[in-house]
Amino acid sequence: MIPSRFDYVAPSSLDEAVALLGAHEGDAKVLSGGQSLIPLIKLRLAAPSLLVDINRIPGLAYVEERDGALHIGALAREADLERSAVVRERYPILLDTARVVADPIVRNSATVCGNLAHGDPGNDHPATMMALDAAVVARGRHGSRAIPVRELFVGLFTTALESDEIVTEIVIPAPPPRSGGAYRKLERKVGDYATAGVAAQVTLLEDGTCARAGIALTNVGATAIAATAAEAFLLHKPLDAETIAQAAQLAAQAADPVEDRRGTPDYKRDMIRVLAARALHAAERRARGSDAAAAAGRD
Amino acid sequence: MSMHTITVTVNGQPHTMEVESRLLLVHLIRDTLRLTGTHIGCDTTHCGACTVLLDERPVKSCTLFAVQADGRAVRTVEGLERDGQLHPVQRGFKEEHGLQCGFCTPGMMMTATALLERNTSPTEEEIRSAISGNLCRCTGYVNIVKAIQHAAAEMRGATAVPSLATPPAERTGATA
Repeated sequence: MIPSRFDYVAPSSLDEAVALLGAHEGDAKVLSGGQSLIPLIKLRLAAPSLLVDINRIPGLAYVEERDGALHIGALAREADLERSAVVRERYPILLDTARVVADPIVRNSATVCGNLAHGDPGNDHPATMMALDAAVVARGRHGSRAIPVRELFVGLFTTALESDEIVTEIVIPAPPPRSGGAYRKLERKVGDYATAGVAAQVTLLEDGTCARAGIALTNVGATAIAATAAEAFLLHKPLDAETIAQAAQLAAQAADPVEDRRGTPDYKRDMIRVLAARALHAAERRARGSDAAAAAGRD
Repeated sequence: MSMHTITVTVNGQPHTMEVESRLLLVHLIRDTLRLTGTHIGCDTTHCGACTVLLDERPVKSCTLFAVQADGRAVRTVEGLERDGQLHPVQRGFKEEHGLQCGFCTPGMMMTATALLERNTSPTEEEIRSAISGNLCRCTGYVNIVKAIQHAAAEMRGATAVPSLATPPAERTGATA
């Protein structure tokens, strides 16, 4: 497939990139990993007049913990998350998520920030970042601002980002002691979008009751959905099987799926219930630090 | 701004040329350089037939603009053979019957090459995971996995494992 014509610029600084986006007011697109954007351009579902390739901007490929948060730079690839020691040890939910994004070849190019900025409800990181209470830092002509991921998604493929703004990094608050998280996705085959997916991140008190729960859903609505009723239900309760089953039921009620080739709304809602229970059990085991299999991403 | 002069090193050979922004890397490889070993399959980032190595990492060359490869090194299936000697991965596919129609094979071999150049002792699970972005509709993957294991053994300097492609009589040394 031959894309329609566009101009291409590869600036060497963020300031330059933002200025270009501003000068083209909504008709320019940021090219980072390109694994969603280039197919859209090839299918002519998108026809930007200018691509601003940020891949030549130095210093944006980091995945590092500092100042009590994990920072993921704009050019960190999914494969970088998979290889990161700090992610493996401290953020297993991110490893769960990166491993099921598209396929390993796509993950060499695809960026984590792009997975959010694209605004696709079928992408996997939006739910995970909601569960983690992450924020993105967006930089535009008028400076930088932080946007909580829970406020980033406005609608289908629509985000709160202005047309001159670039997501420069994702900031994830470092989890306190006795925290754990997991992402569970049902997919028909490698590389498919989720039939349904659930991210869960919990923090336990010393007595085993739940101090904080973040639960969010993939591809069962126009955007990723925070299952806030399920989150609130878990507070101050021990995460036993009965409690988790009830929270999973609440998570299923938060889903708003449509029928497609992957299934009916009823089926998808029920898969959310199943996946939410699995994700919460795995998150709880990881929070207790007692489950090697969960830490290795095997349930 | 829509035409760009770029230099891309392909299989060790630098090429300087003028390209349109919208030219895909796979078209530069196939149509401009006439290296037709790299195949176009789905053209939608699924099948992996167009996989090449960009700075030694596998990428789908239908999902990258040629201009993005400016100043970088590309390796295609034509770059596997050296001085008339097949690459161990090519020998593995030949010995273990790792292909039937051959359409997925160049991409499959490039992914396998990147895997084995990082790790010459992958588990079967690691091999299957590494090639999960390369679709094969003929083999059921069984002989592809064996082919990659064969290549891995050769790259480790070990003796290749007995092949299932070899008739059992030959494997056991018995006469039929």
